[in-house]
Amino acid sequence: MLRNNFKYLMVGLVFGIVFVKAEVISWFRIQEMFRLQSFHMYGIIGSAVLVAMLSIWLIKKFRIKTVSGEPIVIKPKEFNKGQIYGGILFGLGWAVTGACPGPLFAQIGTGATVVVVTLISAILGTWVYGKFRNRLPH
Amino acid sequence: MSILALIKQPWPWYVAGPLIGLIVPALLIFGNKPFGISANLRHICAACIPAKIPFFHYDWKKEMWNLFFVLGILIGGFIASSMLSDQTTIALNPDLTKELAPYGITRFDSLVPVELFSWSQLFSWRGLAMMVGGGFLVGFGTRYAGGCTSGHAIMGIASLQWPSIIATCCFMLGGFLMANLILPYILTF
Repeated sequence: MLRNNFKYLMVGLVFGIVFVKAEVISWFRIQEMFRLQSFHMYGIIGSAVLVAMLSIWLIKKFRIKTVSGEPIVIKPKEFNKGQIYGGILFGLGWAVTGACPGPLFAQIGTGATVVVVTLISAILGTWVYGKFRNRLPH
Repeated sequence: MSILALIKQPWPWYVAGPLIGLIVPALLIFGNKPFGISANLRHICAACIPAKIPFFHYDWKKEMWNLFFVLGILIGGFIASSMLSDQTTIALNPDLTKELAPYGITRFDSLVPVELFSWSQLFSWRGLAMMVGGGFLVGFGTRYAGGCTSGHAIMGIASLQWPSIIATCCFMLGGFLMANLILPYILTF
């Protein structure tokens, strides 16, 4: 299990380092972003999207395959109203905690152990969504 | 300046952003994996507390790679803060520090503000609302939206999916509402 997944652990590790070194996991940087007081986070997300977009374009253009030789497929996302309602709810939470799900893990790694509480609450939030999914507008 | 000293400084956006963007092709080429972190919260539910909820009954073991990915993020956070930091205090917009001071937030030396997020704060209304309430919204909202900043804003927009553009606009809308209109009240709790 570890053998197959070690590469993903390493990609995550690099990602975690970038998160900390570029202060993406800083509550203050998230406040600056939503108060339009700094370009930092816009620069990061914007350039990440552009590099990812260019990479996907190259993968499609040159029909690049995975390391094991499979064709690369990207599953299309289907629209539902959840992207609106859920999106707004997540945005509210993002500005409070100063963290989206990835940074939560990195924050715990930096020694902010109390963020475990935020993470458990986020897991609980996901569970409650799963439980009441059928009754929510989509 | 040595390379290590350079690495130990805070990284500018134009270094960090492209590196984050490269995670998308890395995951695709390593194993056809879509970049998306909030899905892990669902996998944890499926593994630990599935109850009888259909949404949590699927083969989560197939998604194990993603749990390794977030474990890597956690370890990366530890390495960066303990070994790759020169203890520079974050350079914030002075407007922000001025606005936060009246709420008793005066320490800017950590990424996670200790005056808001610490074990002692957990037993205050403000701390409870921000950690437990905020965390709940993150978990509920991302799953309802079908993704977070990684899955929608980066992976989704980069693969030109319009539902992801709508989701990202809604993330920003929620964030703007909270930071500017609601959070100032929560901070007075």
